[in-house]
Amino acid sequence: MNTSETTATRRADVCAAAIADCFAGDGERLCNPIGNLPLIGGRLAVATSEPHLALTDGFYTLIDNVPPVGMSEAERLENRTVVHWNPYREMFGLLWHGRRHVMMGATQIDRHGNQNLAAIGDWKQPKSQLLGFRGAPGNTINHTTSYWVPKHGPKVFVDSVDVVSGVGYDRAAALGSVASRFHEIRRVVSNLAVMDFEAENADGVAVMRLRSVHPGVSVDEVAEATGFDLVVEGDVPESRVPTAEELSMLDQIDPSGFRFREVPDQ
Amino acid sequence: MPGPDKRMTEAEAVGELSSGMTIGVGGWGSRRKPMSIVREILRSDLTDLTIVAYGGPDVGLLCKAGKVRKVISGFVSLDSIPLEPFYRQARQNGTIEAAEWDEGMLLLGLTAAGWRVPFLPTRAGLGSDVPVEMPDLLTVKSPYAEPDSGEFEELLAVPALNLDAAFVHQNRADMSGNSVWLGEDPFFDDLFVRAAKTAFVSCESVVPTEELAGLADVTHLKISRLDVAGVIEAPGGAHFTECPPDYGRDETFQKRYAATAKSEEDWEAFRTDFLDIDEQGYQAKVSELRKANS
Repeated sequence: MNTSETTATRRADVCAAAIADCFAGDGERLCNPIGNLPLIGGRLAVATSEPHLALTDGFYTLIDNVPPVGMSEAERLENRTVVHWNPYREMFGLLWHGRRHVMMGATQIDRHGNQNLAAIGDWKQPKSQLLGFRGAPGNTINHTTSYWVPKHGPKVFVDSVDVVSGVGYDRAAALGSVASRFHEIRRVVSNLAVMDFEAENADGVAVMRLRSVHPGVSVDEVAEATGFDLVVEGDVPESRVPTAEELSMLDQIDPSGFRFREVPDQ
Repeated sequence: MPGPDKRMTEAEAVGELSSGMTIGVGGWGSRRKPMSIVREILRSDLTDLTIVAYGGPDVGLLCKAGKVRKVISGFVSLDSIPLEPFYRQARQNGTIEAAEWDEGMLLLGLTAAGWRVPFLPTRAGLGSDVPVEMPDLLTVKSPYAEPDSGEFEELLAVPALNLDAAFVHQNRADMSGNSVWLGEDPFFDDLFVRAAKTAFVSCESVVPTEELAGLADVTHLKISRLDVAGVIEAPGGAHFTECPPDYGRDETFQKRYAATAKSEEDWEAFRTDFLDIDEQGYQAKVSELRKANS
């Protein structure tokens, strides 16, 4: 391994490239990442590997350009090539139709990809009320979903989530093959690693597998930061380092470096 | 021929409500909320309300003031402040009953009520804890075989959200309730109006009927007088939520509101300064504050 190259690699850039890779093969679909790094990584995918993906302007339209993140409201309105009116009711229509891949956050996530952003504790009278279910149930049962976790730790990757807002593979399996035919949790990207669900438990239900560890992170470190047994198969590869083209694109998409504030270098 | 003159005050509209009613509130989060009506409800002696909303400070304020028995929502958020502090308190203290639906389910429940059918089916919610935690939500088996599998699919039957009354805020309306929204999203205001037995539109200004169609293209004439019982002219009526293009969200004021959740004393001061006064007094104070801050 080239040492100078390794020191030059910034963790946030690796995360952005890993997020971009989540959308590989999606073709003409709405790429709908939510949150800072997901937005940056999603836009990176559109600017490089998956040019036919569509983006939103963050609000009520779909756009066919790749604007930078962190713009003022006036700049946002100026820097958009509007191609479709997409008010919330239309967004529901679009997602029920299925041509969308969302990346959401997760306060908790378990081995089957059940996600909680609703509440901590008993939902009936929570210890901590969070966002409620928002669109997570409808998203996960209707189209592809991935997750972003900026601080990988055992309080996020838990044995069992307090509330299931986003549907995981065990819940989907229990619904049967017809009801769950549009369900797909593709990836979980964190500040430490990339996980997928390309492994099964004894009952044939998909479980979370360690797909790659970011440069400078060990498999043990990820295992310790995970509150359940991650599937680890053989030698786990390193997450790829972004190309020179991607790095220059990242500087255009995120000129003020929001990504480095969300994921500082280790 | 023009429709009847349905202009009234906030007090007259709220005077038509009674305790225990199910009331829909239009807008989305901290966007185009009929806040002057909410403030009027805060001053009333109404209690035990069931509020249906894509909730924002409307829900938070009504919870804090003890007006609410139950909230049925797709979420409750202040947008720039993700968690509504008073809704949060109400949930954590167990002072209200909550139904937290998937966002899209609310659209279906309102649509079902407007179409006068008992439910609309959806896949959204299946497999999640929505029907687990809210067991009054039931499923329905499709009478039609799914073509590929031949199976009869089971779907969530979102019950009609029949509302006793609904309040929405529009940019412009005429005196009989034909309304125009001028932003980029109508949200679900037209659905709230149709889901309600009695619907009230507040607006930034009442304009002559002949001017409506010149304000925007016809797709923005989303609410018809056929469905509206009352029109309230309320300039600044959505404050401190946004009402583009007339005005944006008053972020400074929203922060001040949210911060009062940290101490009962601050809340009481906020209440005295801004809520225990009439709408004219409120708007005067807001414009004073705006001048002081600019």
